[in-house]
Amino acid sequence: MKALKFLSLFLIVGALAAFKGTEPVAGGYKVGDIATDFSLKNVDGKKVSLKDFKKAKGYIVVFTCNHCPYAQAYEDRIIALNKKYAKQGYPVIAIQPNDPGKVADDSFENMQARAKEKGFDFPYLMDEGQKIFPQYGATKTPHVYILEKTAKGNEVKYIGAIDDNYEDAKAVKVKYVENAVDALLKGKEITVKETKAIGCSIKA
Amino acid sequence: MKKLLIYGAAIFTVFMVMAFANITTQGEPRPVHIYTNGKTAVKAYEWDGLNYYLSQKNDTTYVVNFWATWCVPCVQELPNFEKLNAKYKGDKVKVILVSLDMPKMAESRLLPFIEKKKLQSKVILMRDPDQNTWLPKVNPDWSGAIPATVIYNKGKRKFYERSFTFEELENELINFK
Repeated sequence: MKALKFLSLFLIVGALAAFKGTEPVAGGYKVGDIATDFSLKNVDGKKVSLKDFKKAKGYIVVFTCNHCPYAQAYEDRIIALNKKYAKQGYPVIAIQPNDPGKVADDSFENMQARAKEKGFDFPYLMDEGQKIFPQYGATKTPHVYILEKTAKGNEVKYIGAIDDNYEDAKAVKVKYVENAVDALLKGKEITVKETKAIGCSIKA
Repeated sequence: MKKLLIYGAAIFTVFMVMAFANITTQGEPRPVHIYTNGKTAVKAYEWDGLNYYLSQKNDTTYVVNFWATWCVPCVQELPNFEKLNAKYKGDKVKVILVSLDMPKMAESRLLPFIEKKKLQSKVILMRDPDQNTWLPKVNPDWSGAIPATVIYNKGKRKFYERSFTFEELENELINFK
């Protein structure tokens, strides 16, 4: 009987310990969470962190890659987002989350080549060791997180797709990311804070 | 009076039979497009069409797999779905492979892929671009990553955002029996 009591105490302590674990929350960030900063290698060889952007009001963090047709379909739109919003305080920060050991197209050298070919004027960072994307909870490419710089840190304001038509930029009806950043710039509430879209699952 | 009642019942029965026959012969929804190269054809649907394949209420268990030719883990697990389809064919199990290939690649990539891999399961193309509207209707928890699979019959339904080995897939299916 005593042994049983001891065992149950042990189980309770064990359960509590499990709850207090420091593992990232399953499913990653929700809107309202504070996103982690990072220091990742850019295609120019230099390390880039969010805090390097002193004048930024926030960030458009895009998990994207070379090999995925959906990511490719959005490349020009990602470039356009940076052109429009970097000067307004919301630069694009692209992160390539796939393990190049599993997807050769997404190697650092191929990232450099792609960035040059498309003329990326924003950081295109390698998530070395695939450590950052699980903290954000990105599951696929492309997968966008809009962050706003606040007193608490970089607060997640929007998670999801760039717009509502991957196939044809001209047929887009709702530009989710632009609407969200526009709302932030005007100090208004974002109306659509989360969206779903098909993407290539991240290979880690 | 009694005669009238009998007539009434007879007419009612005829109506019911007709209505029922109408439902059961309705069959497949109309595709929004058919991609074909003469040998192989794939019907393309938007949400209403796809929903038909996700909401059958008969005695068959449906295994609906979302995939694309460009999705490496999807292509890797396809043989497991093919094997399941072959093994349980006579056992009221139907595998439906829903391709999410881009419509502009349907003829250049999807049709040759179906021929090269000799796919036996039914393949349809989902080409509704407004994914934020239809993805949550398949399952609210779906992030949009593929592969993803729905297994359902009239009594049970489960959604999986993951890859399967054949054994894992078979174990899941057995839970539906």
